[in-house]
Amino acid sequence: MILRLAIGSLIARLATVMMTALAIALSVALFLGVEKVRTGAKASFADTISGTDLIVGARSGSVQLLLYSVFRIGNATNNVTWESYQDIANRPEVDWIVPISLGDSHRQFRVMGTTPAFFDHYQYRRDRGLEVSQGHLMTDLFDAVVGYDVAKTLGYTPGDPIVLAHGIASFTEHKDQPFRVAGVLAKTGTPVDRTVIVSMEAIEAIHVDWRSGAKSAGPSTPVEVLRTMDLTPKAVTAALVGVKSPLKTFALQRSINDYAQEPLLAILPGVALQELWSIVGLAETALLAVSVMVVITALIGMMATLFASLNERRREMAIFRAVGASPKTILGLLVLEATLTAAIGGITGLGLLYSSLVIAQPMLDSAFGLYLPIEPPARRELLAVFVVVIAGAIVSLVPALRAYRLSLADGMTVKS
Amino acid sequence: MSETPIIDLKEVSFQWPGVTGFTLSVPSFSVAQGDSVLLLGESGSGKSTLLSLICGTALPKSGTVEVAGQNLEHLSGGARDRFRADHIGVVFQQFNLLPFGSVEDNILLPLRFAPERRKRCQNPRDEAAKLCDALGLSRRLLPQKAAKLSVGQQQRVAVARALIGAPPLLIADEPTSALDETRQAQFLDLLFAQVRAVGGTLLMVSHDPRIASRFDRTVSMSDLLQKREIPS
Repeated sequence: MILRLAIGSLIARLATVMMTALAIALSVALFLGVEKVRTGAKASFADTISGTDLIVGARSGSVQLLLYSVFRIGNATNNVTWESYQDIANRPEVDWIVPISLGDSHRQFRVMGTTPAFFDHYQYRRDRGLEVSQGHLMTDLFDAVVGYDVAKTLGYTPGDPIVLAHGIASFTEHKDQPFRVAGVLAKTGTPVDRTVIVSMEAIEAIHVDWRSGAKSAGPSTPVEVLRTMDLTPKAVTAALVGVKSPLKTFALQRSINDYAQEPLLAILPGVALQELWSIVGLAETALLAVSVMVVITALIGMMATLFASLNERRREMAIFRAVGASPKTILGLLVLEATLTAAIGGITGLGLLYSSLVIAQPMLDSAFGLYLPIEPPARRELLAVFVVVIAGAIVSLVPALRAYRLSLADGMTVKS
Repeated sequence: MSETPIIDLKEVSFQWPGVTGFTLSVPSFSVAQGDSVLLLGESGSGKSTLLSLICGTALPKSGTVEVAGQNLEHLSGGARDRFRADHIGVVFQQFNLLPFGSVEDNILLPLRFAPERRKRCQNPRDEAAKLCDALGLSRRLLPQKAAKLSVGQQQRVAVARALIGAPPLLIADEPTSALDETRQAQFLDLLFAQVRAVGGTLLMVSHDPRIASRFDRTVSMSDLLQKREIPS
């Protein structure tokens, strides 16, 4: 009956209680949402590249190598010579190796030269490979495969002509060697979406007439001649390596880092991703801290509302005292009400989170490549809601103790 | 049993904490079991304070307050609350009920805190319905919210709540002042009938001397009290 009366009392002040519960619900939803985005972003981030055991590039920092080879951010300080690349490729531990050649761009997107093996070995989100959604992979020297975002932003479909620019944000175009869009890749949520992929030979071909960063004078080598030339690359920017046995990874990494002929760097993508995340993740932690403060604000709001209600409830407390309730019961009643309010808020918050997740999930996935799985609340989330309810009970102790003192002093009579 | 008065105050003096200029002292006041006593006095004469002392929500500075032979000062706070719940039914001037609770919940509320009264009720919901019948309240009102009732109905529900489980003492603090004259008489008829039916004692406070004839005894506050103004 006490529970029924407490609920009745809550219903009697429905508007106030609902507002308080809504504030708690929104704060809980915000907190859990931020937490979801945070873990989702971290997972998406860590899932950018998988299945690759080592990334090899010229010696620089591991984060820098990861940034330019996987995220296409920044530039390589140096290249890896074709000889070194061949050396690594011929090692017995190496299962597969995919070269990457960067440096050119198309509009705001980077151009990457690679081999068809890239499409077989590049994996993201654990075991998902690249898929061609329209057209096909490169079959001709001047074929390009574009990522989903490239096709969407620039409106490309297979068959469209595409002219690459030399360097990044440059006005010099490889006008004389126009490419053709051969295929469009399906959405991955990785930097591949924003990449124009051509063959290693194509990269070599468009640079035949270039010497130390400038186009040599005179007419360009005709396309027909290019097709007959030996287009073996002289250097690669980086290489993705798969090893035969995971046990060999560290040994191979060490021997590449100790490679005597050329300063090279081999990194474990997972470790480098974590290193990078520890930099990027700071902002997310700040966001989480802010959302915790929002939850605290909502709880303080509830405390204020309880305080404000005490005066109008002195009559109610006097009735309880008259029928024999002790001041402790009155304290318990207020805490019970606050706990119920916080619980309603917490559960509504969970509901809000899931309903907004259902709506926002496809949008987030397509817009940011951020995949937030809809799963039953994890132990962490339930624990968070539980903590909010407990915190609500604790916070309500402050006004409840005041009610205790008031009812002890007032007894059955209400003095004002 | 009958020689033990239900209420017995001896040499009681009381002072509200923090209020220095006002003390209340009652040299002697006792009510025999089964009596009906009217306490006459204007508002501000210390009636509410006296009732608080009898109910044990306030303790005297000196002297003894005994209810049903029990010195209230000898009980701990929690035990005093339980004692009050078990022995005393209270009806206020108005706003007796929890507006958000049903009529039935309001009537049954004291049983939650009064184990002895609960024991006396074989079937509490039946008892509540019977009290409603006796007090001229329709049983259909039982599941309704107390706030929906008229003031007269609310006062009768308050009587039902005070009488459920037959506590030996019923205290009514100006229970009729919110009612018009015809309803006052009607209300008092019902009140007296029910108190007699359960064999209880009635202590009623009022400022209206016209109803004195209904009571066994009438005591005036001014006779009872030695009220002193202490210069502060």
